[in-house]
Amino acid sequence: MLQLSGNTGPAEQPVTLVDLRRGDAAILDHIDLPGEDARRLMELGFLPGTQITAGLSAPGGDPRVFQVDGSEIALRRETARRLKVRVPQSQRQV
Amino acid sequence: MSDCNGCSAAAPAVEFPGRKGVAPTTRVAVIGPPNSGKTTLFNRITGLRQKVANFPGVTVEQHTGLAVLPDGREAWIIDLPGVYSLAPRSEDEQIAHDVLTGNRGDTPKPQAVLLVLDSTNLARHLMLAAPILALGIPTLVILNMADDLRKRGGHVDLKELSLQLGAPVALISARQGEGLDRVYEFLAGAMPKPTPKELPVLQDVPKCRQWAGHVGNQAQYRPPVPPKWTRRLDAIFLHPAAGVLIFGLVVIAVFQTIFVYVTPLMDGVKSLFAVSGNWVASALPESLFRSLLIDGVWKGVGSVIVFLPQVLMLFLFIGILEDSGYLARAALIADRTMAKVGLQGKSFIPLLSAYACAVPAIMSTRTIENKRDRIATILIAPFMTCSARFPVYTLIILAFVPNRPVIGAFLGTQTVAMVGLYALGFIVAVITARVLKSSVLKSGRTPFLLEMPSYRWPTLQSLGLRLLDRSVVFLRRAGTVILLVTVILWIAAHVPFVNGKPPAIENSLAGTIGRTIEPAIKPLGFNWKIGIGLITSFAARETIIATLGAIYGMDDPDAQSQDLQKAIHRDLTPGGAVALLIFFAFAMQCVSTVAVVRRETAGWKWPLVQFTYMSALAYLGAFVAFHLMA
Repeated sequence: MLQLSGNTGPAEQPVTLVDLRRGDAAILDHIDLPGEDARRLMELGFLPGTQITAGLSAPGGDPRVFQVDGSEIALRRETARRLKVRVPQSQRQV
Repeated sequence: MSDCNGCSAAAPAVEFPGRKGVAPTTRVAVIGPPNSGKTTLFNRITGLRQKVANFPGVTVEQHTGLAVLPDGREAWIIDLPGVYSLAPRSEDEQIAHDVLTGNRGDTPKPQAVLLVLDSTNLARHLMLAAPILALGIPTLVILNMADDLRKRGGHVDLKELSLQLGAPVALISARQGEGLDRVYEFLAGAMPKPTPKELPVLQDVPKCRQWAGHVGNQAQYRPPVPPKWTRRLDAIFLHPAAGVLIFGLVVIAVFQTIFVYVTPLMDGVKSLFAVSGNWVASALPESLFRSLLIDGVWKGVGSVIVFLPQVLMLFLFIGILEDSGYLARAALIADRTMAKVGLQGKSFIPLLSAYACAVPAIMSTRTIENKRDRIATILIAPFMTCSARFPVYTLIILAFVPNRPVIGAFLGTQTVAMVGLYALGFIVAVITARVLKSSVLKSGRTPFLLEMPSYRWPTLQSLGLRLLDRSVVFLRRAGTVILLVTVILWIAAHVPFVNGKPPAIENSLAGTIGRTIEPAIKPLGFNWKIGIGLITSFAARETIIATLGAIYGMDDPDAQSQDLQKAIHRDLTPGGAVALLIFFAFAMQCVSTVAVVRRETAGWKWPLVQFTYMSALAYLGAFVAFHLMA
């Protein structure tokens, strides 16, 4: 497993891309996928520390389009679940 | 097979003589990430002087072309597959890597590289510049989509970027033909080796991205605002209700076009062949040669070329969908449904196309990057009811199914039978896909990634070149494989001679083969006449109609459809008729499909597996049907 971690802040609840609703933004923390698959995602812009915004989706919410590093990339739920993110405090819903 | 796109390992596959008969000495590779407009640039500078083949031994298509420089010299351009990096993981990346490092014996190492990047997404696309510049090959860094960058308020300092990268930089719009003089200038010039200020560790993706960001900053890169129209259109095309509705309308439009609107064109081609055949026949004296030419070559090749309008229309549709950016949205919408049988969204359009003809459908699976998904799609595509099955189904249904109303006047038994056959093919395809994807072609856990490009107007040039390209690939098959098979079949029906004349068909070689295989097909309810029809139908399904027409002594089976129906009715039991329908629904009776699968999978393994599987299924299905009906 390749665990590329950005600067993790104080203990936050583990959240993944799946938990973002349309319009929500979050910072990618690490990709919980085997090395080669993680590399492919990183080449498309999914790098730890990068901001990801959830966009539109296919009917039913899967796959969903994510805005990352100037591109729009669709991921299936099974993949999005492996991308752990941090939600900035200001955007946290209480 | 005489189709030698990928089998000539000895001869360089990309030998491309110049217009003056002298091979140009400059060889230049075009490379860039997917959606960078790389192929648009390639089309711009090579135009009609293009050639398409497969890289020997692999399924990656190789486009080469000639660029004529302003000073009259020529350069030989090779369009490499779209890649995000040069790390050789996928087949595409392996090819790009091997060509650029001079590790492919069949393709000489290029002397220069045109690196095409999307200027509206420069920071990320610059990541590919690192491994390319590290090769040390003279490189022109091309920032494409200059018009978009300008319109949406982006900016980049070309001088500074060039300084950072140590390579010349050109800001162009391949679609508009803007800035191409810089490209020609580079091709005609001295082409210096790149001297980048610094390069990151290539294996480290975050470092590469940091480097790209730094270079972009130094060059004062200001990304453009997000494309307004793409956001607006996506709000419609990906709307939970409207999006699905539009998707449905697109599917119906494709169907309607390839089945209804193209029919007059196909009839036109058909009568063109009939008229010209008759004309040639009347100009030649009655002889065996005339028979070979007219009944063998003309009719055989004609029966394939009839599908050309359908193939062209299909590729026009796919071209518009792909170039406009809608194809990615359609794949997104279809993904969930396709995932249920283990496939993915990108398999949808090829499978839809297979209802017209499996050959262009299999050619269009190139949009599926995942190799296992692509092979699974290729393997199930011939189960979709292609238009060659339609005349066969029609003949047998008309001969055996009495037309009685099922629901009022709208739905009759004959329609139900036809729809049932379409459904049967689909269901078997779905089951086969599930079996394949849960066993030999299991995709593992490779994530499904789909980049959503911005919407763009497709250009006429790109669509035109695409149609030309596809029709050449399609017609090459009709001119080689089909020609060969029809000639062989004609000979089999005309030997051995009796008293210096060709024998009656039942005494011919084909007739003898028909009788020889009779014991094998008797359990399916077929006699030797149907046997001959089955043998000839392996060339192309609808050939069985002409063959049966010949056996029953009819000159023009199309005109004598009524008589042919009666003749078949006498020779087949109802059980045999159902068995024959099932056989046609499952069997891979199409040389063109076998040939195209060999080409697209770069070997004989998959076409053989597919042919064996489908034949076995056809035999078993027909056997069961005949015995259930008996």
